[in-house]
Amino acid sequence: METVQTIERTEAFESPWAGGVSPFKTSWQKLMMWLFIIGDALLFAGFLAIYGFVRLASPSWPNRAEVFHLELIALMTTALISSGATMATAVEAARRGHWRMVVRFLLLTLAGGLAFLGMQAYEWSQFIAAGATLQSNPWGVPPFGASFFLITGFHGAHVSIGIVILLITAVRSATGRSRAGGLELAGLYWAFVDLVWVFIFPLFYLI
Amino acid sequence: MIPTPIGNATPHATGFWRRYIFSADHKVIGIQYYLTAMAMALVAGALALLMRIQLTWPGIRLSWLGKLFPAGMPGGVMTPEFYLSLITMHGTLMVFFVISLALVSGFGNYLIPIQIGARDMAYPFLNMLSFWLVVPACLIMLGSFFVEGGAAAAGWTAYPPLSALPQAVPGSGWGQTLWLLAMALFIVSFTMGGLNYVTTILNLRTKGMSMMRLPLTVWTLFFAAVLGLLTFPALTAAAIMLLFDRHFGTSFFVPGGLFVGGEIVPHEGGTPLLWQHLFWFLGHPEVYVLLLPAVGMTFDVLAAFTRKPVFGYRLVVISLIVLTALSVVVWGHHMFVSGMSPYLGEFFTIGTMLITVPSAVIGLCLIASLWGGCLRLTTPMLFAIGVIALFGTGGFGGIFLGNATSDIFLHGSYFVVGHFHFMIGGVTLFAMFAATYFWFPKMFGRSMNERLGRIHFWLSLIGFYGMFLGMHFLGLNGLPRRYYAFTQFEILKPLQGMHLWISISSFLFAAASFLFLFNFFWSLARGSRAARNPWEATTLEWTVRSPPPHGNWEAEPPQVHRWAYEYSAPDAARDFTPQTVEPDGAMAPK
Repeated sequence: METVQTIERTEAFESPWAGGVSPFKTSWQKLMMWLFIIGDALLFAGFLAIYGFVRLASPSWPNRAEVFHLELIALMTTALISSGATMATAVEAARRGHWRMVVRFLLLTLAGGLAFLGMQAYEWSQFIAAGATLQSNPWGVPPFGASFFLITGFHGAHVSIGIVILLITAVRSATGRSRAGGLELAGLYWAFVDLVWVFIFPLFYLI
Repeated sequence: MIPTPIGNATPHATGFWRRYIFSADHKVIGIQYYLTAMAMALVAGALALLMRIQLTWPGIRLSWLGKLFPAGMPGGVMTPEFYLSLITMHGTLMVFFVISLALVSGFGNYLIPIQIGARDMAYPFLNMLSFWLVVPACLIMLGSFFVEGGAAAAGWTAYPPLSALPQAVPGSGWGQTLWLLAMALFIVSFTMGGLNYVTTILNLRTKGMSMMRLPLTVWTLFFAAVLGLLTFPALTAAAIMLLFDRHFGTSFFVPGGLFVGGEIVPHEGGTPLLWQHLFWFLGHPEVYVLLLPAVGMTFDVLAAFTRKPVFGYRLVVISLIVLTALSVVVWGHHMFVSGMSPYLGEFFTIGTMLITVPSAVIGLCLIASLWGGCLRLTTPMLFAIGVIALFGTGGFGGIFLGNATSDIFLHGSYFVVGHFHFMIGGVTLFAMFAATYFWFPKMFGRSMNERLGRIHFWLSLIGFYGMFLGMHFLGLNGLPRRYYAFTQFEILKPLQGMHLWISISSFLFAAASFLFLFNFFWSLARGSRAARNPWEATTLEWTVRSPPPHGNWEAEPPQVHRWAYEYSAPDAARDFTPQTVEPDGAMAPK
């Protein structure tokens, strides 16, 4: 408290946000990560808007219950969301300086992410085996297959990048080169990947 | 993450490569961007001159160009397809690789840290990376002229199905793919730059530099970066899908039952209208990404040469916020003739009428900034006044185009071409010239030649009005866009004289631009040495050496005690008070 007051007296001469006392009192790294996430979220928003447009413009749309294995999707979703929880634990552990715990929970997060990717690969291979391609699919209009592969693939690519980030963070944490701030950035990204799935899941599989 | 010996600046590099080529210093990167834009402007300008020559003297034989483009200009005579490539590449290069690079990336990088009192951008390495992504983007764009089929030919808007089907037009082969690739690189680079701008402006301001003390240049660059971050993702998504349509057989943008060259296209289920919405969701705000910094820099130049504060600083900031918000909901006014529901068209008309309010407020504040000032008619000031003139003239045309009723007549005519050249061609270009003459002493430590500068201004102004006011009249007479020759139409023949007039004006403008180039490079070597603050301006960049050292401030970073426009204050000793001057006891902050 003492230091904060000193900073406010000397730095903020008059008006709001003066002297690098930023609106959210956050580091530039974190602010930049948030801005990146907003931009990336808008990219997914663009994809999902296109998907909605194409779907509404199509004369019919395949019956989801017949096409998808909803049990598998539920399992996938559980794995990814749980990995979000373990990641949050790792971030909090890093803040408290318990680095062994950080590594342990990072590995759990990695397991969740890999499980998700594995199940997605299985789902894709089932689709491809049934004859679905980007051009056509056995269940209905061509845009169904195209938007399915494009959007889940794009999200899968994000998960894969997240796994690489988690691996690097885990190695750095195990060897004592990580800081709590860095872990928070990785955590933000991973939470974002989870959140995107929370939108893709109902829009694609449920309604 | 990055060693930060002084503030955010990376350690000062000494080797040639790290200092001038792969530099992380925001000033070097800014100048790199500027020079890249200048090189691209030469190409884009040459394309425009080629178009003018073709339109004025259709079928003219330019045999030496026939050797450079054997497919596009066989024997030196232009093919219609090559003309389409020219309009496409002229638009793309000018919007994204000239104006955007020079104004937003060039001056943005140079000015943001130094005007807010920071030593560098928040993330200098990312900044360097963003520049080195633009270089391959430029090379790919230029290289696309020389692949099979030539450069992209679907217009800078890349409307499908022309852009989606390789067999639709020769330029839709490799040219269009390379166009998409280069645009992807550009978008990634611009996003990195935008992240840096917003973060730097919010987090790295020096002591006492509150938001309402920022120069308007920084404010406008801030909103430009925000707009870029919010709207480019839509085009990214659309571009990825267009690539899939082109190469992997999906049909997001291609409807079924389409015949090209007598053969049915294997796609079905898509709609080209989707692309138009996504493109203009970016395309319209992109206009403001370019316009806003131009206006902000004009304000800064005006203040220095009227010796009085800009008019309505707070009003301008509020207008900028409103403008930024409204600019993302008016994209449909580019699509009034696309067959959209008239009710939707009404929504977009009303939105467009609304956005003229903050635009007009800003325009009036520009004019009022001149009111009662002690005008110093230097070259940057002349160009700044030119910006006001073009902003007004172009804005009036916008009112006609923003209304669905009048737009339906004017759409796709030269009226549109004239209008958008006034706004994203004229306002931005004149602001760029004003900014160059204004900040050149700071950037290079030498001043540009005033006499040449004045000649440059008057020739440019006359040439510019000659070209684009003429196009307004052509459009009112019904001359359609994107035709490679008009001699086939009896009804358009009387307009041929106006084409000649426009072409002569364009040659005048080109000559003036070469005068500018000569002045730029001559002054770089021979210009008179510039002092620290040659224009007697108040903002922070004028408190350091010209050119500024690495890290901008040798000792401590500056402290800011007042707003950016303290000119001719009643009790001050001089007619300008830099932001760093401490207030007297009586005026001490609360």
